Amino acid sequence: MQITDVDRRILRQLLAAPDARAGELAARAGVTPSVWSRRVERLRAGGVIRRERARIGWAALGYAVEVSLRFTLDKTEPRAFDEFLDAARQVPEVTAIQTFLGRVDVRLHVIARDMPHYQEVYRARILTLPHIADIEALMHVATLKDAASLPI
Amino acid sequence: MIRLDEHDRDMLAALSEDATLSAAALGRRCGLSQPATWRRLERLREAGVLAGRRVELDLEALGFGVTVFLGVKLATKGRVSLEDFERAVMAIPEVQTVQHVLGLYDYRLRVVARDLPDFERVLRRRIMTLPGVGNVEANVLLSEERLAGPL
Repeated sequence: MQITDVDRRILRQLLAAPDARAGELAARAGVTPSVWSRRVERLRAGGVIRRERARIGWAALGYAVEVSLRFTLDKTEPRAFDEFLDAARQVPEVTAIQTFLGRVDVRLHVIARDMPHYQEVYRARILTLPHIADIEALMHVATLKDAASLPI
Repeated sequence: MIRLDEHDRDMLAALSEDATLSAAALGRRCGLSQPATWRRLERLREAGVLAGRRVELDLEALGFGVTVFLGVKLATKGRVSLEDFERAVMAIPEVQTVQHVLGLYDYRLRVVARDLPDFERVLRRRIMTLPGVGNVEANVLLSEERLAGPL
């Protein structure tokens, strides 16, 4: 799909303020509302805008603990990745799964209500995942930037 | 703290898949009238449970072929160096996410680049020159999926 300068301008505004009204964003991008909605529809249909998801404010639901768990898997087992990922998807407290090329193989983003709850999840649901060779935890203190912004 | 019932959970699960659903479409899916859906959405927004929208783009179609996560350890610590580092790192356009963490690293960064040579440029010119930066570990993202979470 051909992406024009107008599309880039539209995407920049959309990424900068995904919750603003379309009319407001159209004005910021310097296009009319009808051009805006036509272009956004086209970007969705062409798959450039893959999807728009609601962000859940887990803290408002009482989930105060956020941890990045970084795994190295036992690569002598050919099915290690598939079996690990299938099992990780079944853990409700896992909100994101990423796979990597590097020292870390997989990262799970895990949330919990408090430290005792985290410990319970960690022992009962995480340590029991298959083919783990090593785990490192990074405890989240604060998210300073989460803009999804792009230098486009 | 806000309590959720089955309808709220259904709505949140549907919206975390597709935030563009109208109140009418969402109501049909969850077996609620449009005004009832709207009232529930208002309540979830006010409580901060619906915390906005995340737009996911096809980065490759836009010319960004590489996403790298960096773990950064600061070489020198103290309040001033944290603030200097944070201010400088947040201003880098290729850095999408900055998280302050505890553990092996002090910060976790999500960086986008056009390709590996472009990533090397960002790493050398922008990241390694940040004030106070120490050890840096890079992991190239291969795949990513987001899950609904404990709803």
